[in-house]
Amino acid sequence: MTPPLLEVRDLHKKFGAVTAASNINVSFAAGETVGIIGANGAGKTTFVNMITGYLPPSYGTILYRGADITRRPPRDIARLGICRSFQVSQVFTSLSVIENLLTAVAIASSPGLAMLRPLRRPELLERAEVILERYRIAQHRDQLASDLSQGARKLLDIAMAVVSAPRVLLLDEPTSGISSEEKTALMDVVMEALKQDQMTILFIEHDMEIVERYVDRVLAFYQGEIICDAPPAEALRDAKVLEYVIGTEVQPEARGHA
Amino acid sequence: MNTAITIVLDGLVFSSYLFIVSVGLTIIFGVMKILNVTHGSFYAWGAYTAAFLIGLAANAGWPDWAGFAIIFLSAILVGLVLGLVLERGILQFMYHRDEVLIVLATFGSFLVLEDVILLVFGVNPYFAFQPMVLLGSVQLGGIARDTYGLTLIGLAVVLALACWLVLTKTRWGKLLSAVIFDREVSVAMGLNVTRVYIVTFTLGAMFGALGGAYIAPTVSVAPGFGIDVIVLSFAVVVIGGMGSVPGAMVGALAVGLVRALAVHKFPQFELFVIYAVMATVLVFRPEGLFAPVKARKI
Amino acid sequence: MLRDRTVQGLTVALVVLLVASFFVPSWIVNQMLFASARAIAVIGLMVLWRTRLVSFGHALYFGLGAYTVAMVSRYTPVTDAFLLLGAAAALATLLGFLIGFIIRRYRDIFFAMLNLAFSMILYGILVKTEALGSTDGFTIAAPTFFGMAFEDAQEGKVALLCVLLVVGWAVAVGVQMYLQSTLGRLTTAIRDNEIRVEYLGYSVERAIHIKYVLSALLAGIGGGFMALALGQVDPDSMVNWTASGELVFVTILSGPGSVAAPFIGSFVFEILRTYAFEWMPHAWQMIVGGTLLVIIFFMPGGMWALVTRLAGQRAAGGAPGMER
Repeated sequence: MTPPLLEVRDLHKKFGAVTAASNINVSFAAGETVGIIGANGAGKTTFVNMITGYLPPSYGTILYRGADITRRPPRDIARLGICRSFQVSQVFTSLSVIENLLTAVAIASSPGLAMLRPLRRPELLERAEVILERYRIAQHRDQLASDLSQGARKLLDIAMAVVSAPRVLLLDEPTSGISSEEKTALMDVVMEALKQDQMTILFIEHDMEIVERYVDRVLAFYQGEIICDAPPAEALRDAKVLEYVIGTEVQPEARGHA
Repeated sequence: MNTAITIVLDGLVFSSYLFIVSVGLTIIFGVMKILNVTHGSFYAWGAYTAAFLIGLAANAGWPDWAGFAIIFLSAILVGLVLGLVLERGILQFMYHRDEVLIVLATFGSFLVLEDVILLVFGVNPYFAFQPMVLLGSVQLGGIARDTYGLTLIGLAVVLALACWLVLTKTRWGKLLSAVIFDREVSVAMGLNVTRVYIVTFTLGAMFGALGGAYIAPTVSVAPGFGIDVIVLSFAVVVIGGMGSVPGAMVGALAVGLVRALAVHKFPQFELFVIYAVMATVLVFRPEGLFAPVKARKI
Repeated sequence: MLRDRTVQGLTVALVVLLVASFFVPSWIVNQMLFASARAIAVIGLMVLWRTRLVSFGHALYFGLGAYTVAMVSRYTPVTDAFLLLGAAAALATLLGFLIGFIIRRYRDIFFAMLNLAFSMILYGILVKTEALGSTDGFTIAAPTFFGMAFEDAQEGKVALLCVLLVVGWAVAVGVQMYLQSTLGRLTTAIRDNEIRVEYLGYSVERAIHIKYVLSALLAGIGGGFMALALGQVDPDSMVNWTASGELVFVTILSGPGSVAAPFIGSFVFEILRTYAFEWMPHAWQMIVGGTLLVIIFFMPGGMWALVTRLAGQRAAGGAPGMER
């Protein structure tokens, strides 16, 4: 049996008296698409922050391709192949869209002294343009990132995360702040673009329709713990998930016990 | 033994002076997140105004103890006028801008006010020794000390107590602490931050001016008076933690005592030792020794 | 490199100025010396400013460069300008490299203050040490150039100016190339969003460290030249926080739009200083302070933005978002 691509063992995180994560044990294989759901404050972003090295866990281990990556800084983890997008898009606001991507491409492909080579060089520009096309933001090419609509900004944010062809991509609420009609459109673009790369995709999402549509597996968080880990059909009907995440009141007869 | 007493006394006097000068700076930083270089101007203007008025009073035949009243009045006057002019005239337009830019603006204001002093008060030094002479001297540790210098310690203690009382016991003080801790939330809670800013800045200005005014009788007040105190009070505020009044106390004590030690035992280190302490604190605890914890960003 | 318009402009300016230096009166030669020396230091500060970092203590490196030239010239048989400047550059770079490890962790006001603290440590040491000249500082003998000595002091100054102009040109071109590189462009990226840069895989601290060392090197060279131009050094004019303040002022005055800007800003500063001092000696600080306020409020792009706007172009240093 092949070892999992990304494995989390016994992860805990406390902020003073608040437990943001406890007993997290989960692994992910290559190519999976996983939806992470949970109420606000349930620990989803903390989970992502720990995996990507932004937050050190209180204890526990994170293994990537067999190697321990716990507590390594985000830049190392990004280079190793785990990238993320952000709940609030983190882009370079005073640069144009193409320059944002160029910067990402340049950093991803310029080891050491190559960083001293000009930014606007043909091979980098080519790659950036390709990504622009794939994410359908080519029409914004020369616009300042700060002038973009929410949706375009999100797409830019995600595009920058995939520039280095990571094996694991974590998307933190990719459709938040976007109108319901546009959500599906956005996710379609994203998933279409990502299909070409065989990545493991984990995304945090509150909209259950989106979750059902795109994932093969659901992780439900509640108060820092994973309360359910199952395919969507099962997870979205799980009693605990319904009670703590989706918020539906469960009728006594549906619980199936005396 | 006598040297030890001298060092401690000198240290305390200097610490008190530093505290009085720096407490305004730290409060302004804590509430408004502005490192106010113009603080040097409050100090200098306080000193000049006090010296000038004391001289006038002396010439007009007023009793020497009137000098003390003049000192406090000068501080209030300078703080009010300069504080309001600066806050309403310049700072209020800059709150949304980069904090370093704001510091540069206060630096520009300081430079302007330095030359205005020359215009108003002229280039010759002022001497206003009356209040100091009035209090005479007292024997401590075998040497006669200026009582006036020792009253500085008293003033600092009174100021520190007053600040502590106001900040922890009064409604106004708690509001101030709230803003120091988190401005955004305070605004969201409905606090009139503009009013808080105006009051804070003016109060801080008055404290700075008081430092200058009170010290005026002990020195000759001449052009360039405010320059050295700026960096010194920065050091105090940085060491103690920007925005913390107890921190300013600790910082002032640290700098004051260390400097007294240096002056008496290692004079060649006098200047650099304060900045060495400042650098050390910045390196190991940049928030200062007493600083509030920060919250998460992404 | 040769197709870059800024480089072309700089090269033309170099040729013009080199020729001019032989014909202009001596007081202009002096102005150009002081302005160019300071401009080199300001270019370094400009790179930091673009990254949203302001140092209130670069007189540390400027003064170190100046004092290195003075001390090596006084206490060793070395008189060659290039060797003296080389020593200044080397020491400033080394100190910047070491301090850089600490300072790269800080931003905003802490970055500014920590630099200030370090510079005041040097100031304190210099003022209290007799062997280093204390508050009086000391004078520097005129340097030689590759063995050539100039009998006539004025000729020596012109020679120094030529060297300074060439070095200034080289620095400007070098920094211009650097700012087009990925690492150089990171100034804006870091300024906008450090977290993003880290998540893309590059260490922000390392980038800042590199820029800091660059700024230290340039300040050291500038200080060295200033010492040679003035013929003397003293702590108050070169190491005190007021000297750092001057450097910051010229940085803001020039604006971050181009590597040529510091030269213009420096020159304006020099002229202003000379004339303000002559006509209104008690208003010099007011002028500087007032100008600073005016720029912060009305002209955040500094003189460069003003100049390019007057020349009818948009104040862009190449791509949108390149200036503040």
